[in-house]
Amino acid sequence: MAMRADKVQGAVSRRTFLAGSAGASLIMGLGVVLPGCSREEVAEDIAADAASRSFAPTVWFEIDSDGGVLINIAKAEMGQHVGTALARVIADELGADWDAVRIKHVDSDPKWGYMVTGGSWSVFTTFKLLSQVGAAGRTILRDAGAALLGADPADCTVEDGSVTANGEGVTFAQIVRRGDISRTFSEEELAALPIKPAAERRLIGKPAQALDIPAKSDGEAMYGIDAELPGMVYAHPLIPPTRYGSTIRSIDDTAAKDIRGYQQTLALSDPSEVLQGWAIVIAEDYPSAMQAAAAVVVDWEPGPAAEVSEADIVGEGARLAADKSSGVLFVDDGDVAAALGDAANTHSATYTTSTALHFTLEPANALVEFVDGKCHIHSGNQWQSLILPVLAKSLGMEETDIVIHQYYLGGGYGRRLFGDPMIPAALAARELGKPVKLVFQRPEDSRFDCVRSASVQQFDAAVDADGQLTGIEHAAAAGWPTLALAPGFMPDAVDGNGKYDQFSISGSDHWYTLPNHRVRAINNDLAQRTFLPGWLRSVGPGWIGWGVESFMDELAAMLGEDPIEFRLARLDAAGKNAGKAPESVGGASRLAAVLRDVRERSGWGAELPDGEGMGVAVSHGQERTMPTWTACVAHVAVDQEAKTVTLKKLWQTIDCGTVVHPDGAMAQAEGATLWGVSLALHEGTSFENGQVADRNLDSYLPLRLADVPELDIKFMPSTEFPTGMGEPPHIAVPPAIGNAVYAASGIRVRDLPIRI
Amino acid sequence: MIEFELNGQSVTSSSVEDTPLLWVIRDELKLKGTKFGCGIAMCGACTVHIDGAATRSCVIPLRRVAGRSVTTIEGLATDAGKALQQAWVEEQVPQCGYCQSGQIMQAAGLLQSNANPTDAEITSTMNGNLCRCMAYTRIRKAIKTAAGGEGA
Repeated sequence: MAMRADKVQGAVSRRTFLAGSAGASLIMGLGVVLPGCSREEVAEDIAADAASRSFAPTVWFEIDSDGGVLINIAKAEMGQHVGTALARVIADELGADWDAVRIKHVDSDPKWGYMVTGGSWSVFTTFKLLSQVGAAGRTILRDAGAALLGADPADCTVEDGSVTANGEGVTFAQIVRRGDISRTFSEEELAALPIKPAAERRLIGKPAQALDIPAKSDGEAMYGIDAELPGMVYAHPLIPPTRYGSTIRSIDDTAAKDIRGYQQTLALSDPSEVLQGWAIVIAEDYPSAMQAAAAVVVDWEPGPAAEVSEADIVGEGARLAADKSSGVLFVDDGDVAAALGDAANTHSATYTTSTALHFTLEPANALVEFVDGKCHIHSGNQWQSLILPVLAKSLGMEETDIVIHQYYLGGGYGRRLFGDPMIPAALAARELGKPVKLVFQRPEDSRFDCVRSASVQQFDAAVDADGQLTGIEHAAAAGWPTLALAPGFMPDAVDGNGKYDQFSISGSDHWYTLPNHRVRAINNDLAQRTFLPGWLRSVGPGWIGWGVESFMDELAAMLGEDPIEFRLARLDAAGKNAGKAPESVGGASRLAAVLRDVRERSGWGAELPDGEGMGVAVSHGQERTMPTWTACVAHVAVDQEAKTVTLKKLWQTIDCGTVVHPDGAMAQAEGATLWGVSLALHEGTSFENGQVADRNLDSYLPLRLADVPELDIKFMPSTEFPTGMGEPPHIAVPPAIGNAVYAASGIRVRDLPIRI
Repeated sequence: MIEFELNGQSVTSSSVEDTPLLWVIRDELKLKGTKFGCGIAMCGACTVHIDGAATRSCVIPLRRVAGRSVTTIEGLATDAGKALQQAWVEEQVPQCGYCQSGQIMQAAGLLQSNANPTDAEITSTMNGNLCRCMAYTRIRKAIKTAAGGEGA
């Protein structure tokens, strides 16, 4: 079961929409009136520019006296152009002139409520609210404009920043300048406001340029690593030999003392225990810090995982996956044991994926300053609400006294969901009484990464005497990020035997109709003890899809069926796969539709030269409760003598419902698709002696320009509810490539990255 | 003290002579558009021009630019450079954007010497610039757009 959007947003209190004139602007927001406060107090606080005293907005924007619309964005910008997409949802309903719209990425002031950017949730979890808020703003502007025009509100139209009726109009600027607006809507009133029909949309689904792109094309964009403060010193980490349990026996900085700019080395004590056995080098400039870090000798007592290897972790995963008493049940449909017991034929296979790094191109960094008892952190971050309580524990401070100032993220991909690089900078800044700028070099960034855990999946299928697939048992074992970082979010298993990480099993609950289907979610305890598992782009489905869709291909081959027909026969949208409104209307029939579309566009079934083949795979995205339907066909050439796989072309068909920002969605689809290629054919590392072995680009080899295949990506036209886009197009790519390798060569690959 | 020209202005650095140029540009001279990525000249995020040639500033010691001309993304003023920056917006290339200063500087170096590069020439010149968001198809397209615009 997925993490629920309402739980993520932490929205338990009732929300109010309010609009009020404040100074020369009109402010509008949707949020929770804080306990002990009244709507009237909120209105007064807005006029006094002090709304945070009484109001926690999830949406907050203002229109100035020139008609400019400034929309605050509480989501992190890490390449998905999220501010553009969210602002266009509001602006469309509001009737704003898009050229007058600006956005601002906000800090972690508690007034913003729960802050997280991940899971491909941003549009999905906010679309309805933003639409309602825009509609509420439009209603208020329409009524105010109608009064100024002496017209009936019902005769007014609101478009391009003006209210017009009977050939006359007033601009938003004119309405704002009149002031004296003060209105509120309850949640019920808000829900009752009319939302534009899709046919009347002027921004959603229409071409647009992303607001963040000009500054990213001329060097002006500010990332966390670019932040500076007067009087700051630079810091470089000294990372212990194991993530857990290392202690410092001694530090010898004799050799560093000759380095100009070197100041000192600090051993850090972290009450949150996120840092164990850490030290950092302090210097007046970063080159000196780098040099000194190489010169300081730290003698560590390593933690218990100091000798763990990738083979140990995968071996433990395989042992657990084969042990039917391990783990907890995530899916339990029918009677798999009986199906396997009664089977005329069975088929089993084990799939693995290797450890993978985030490798954000902007290395981990944080700049921290204490001012008047408050801790100010300058660092790009995806999940402020996760790291704030950790920082509070590390520093022995109240969360409300810690502010994270947001910047552009030089890549997120899930790495910046956990802001642990802020902790050493904060501890050092407090100890030194001056601002500290901590920057990781690449090898330290890789060693401190919360990697995608290596995984092992075992499948056992039952086939009856008529050659019909009757059931599948599936077990998936990996290190669990949610157990390590947010255990409170873990749901209860269907068998009541405990909790599981939904982000390490989602995707196994696919939309194929199977009479008997059982899935066990298993925590690989050795992985958990060795490293901090993280959420990597596409998260669980990114590696679970590799097993599910490769195994489906094996079954089709075993039963002599066409891989697409074999899938379509099970995408019947029956029973639990029928889908439901609004997010999965049509259910599995939409997955069948994208699969048929990609079959036709790819020329599936055509004769290919020897050594070439096509493979197919499908995905429903990150979660059953937020399905993005994708189907992928890969065309490869395999040279068995040279042991090479050449990816010639990929076709993808994607149905994510309404596409808010079409070019931004296409950019995400292109990037996510190529992430799939990179993890299928190029990227991967291994643990050696408790640490990742590949730490820089000399041996960690993400996809490069020369490796890019021809891409043919299509979005299905749709006005259904928008789902997620940042990750889903990755998921079907690796199994489509693996299945194409089989079609081309007869070689069944079961380990990522693919090596033949 | 090392003197060199940065974006057309004469500058003096007081950093030690073996300091990588990247940190002189970023931290001493305060131009933040040039980025730190891998530190071993294999990602290209730190690419600048030295006397017009695209170079990885993370591994070039300061002494090597004494008396020479260094151009960063902030000072990219050639026709090809301007055309590339426009094409980067037109083709909506950047995602996270962190590598893009380096991509543009690398591409500007290419167009400076080869106004209409072939696909193979683009690949061989740009292959050392990692884009972790993998906006590669747009990078290629924008270089062609910029080249085409120049030739027209």
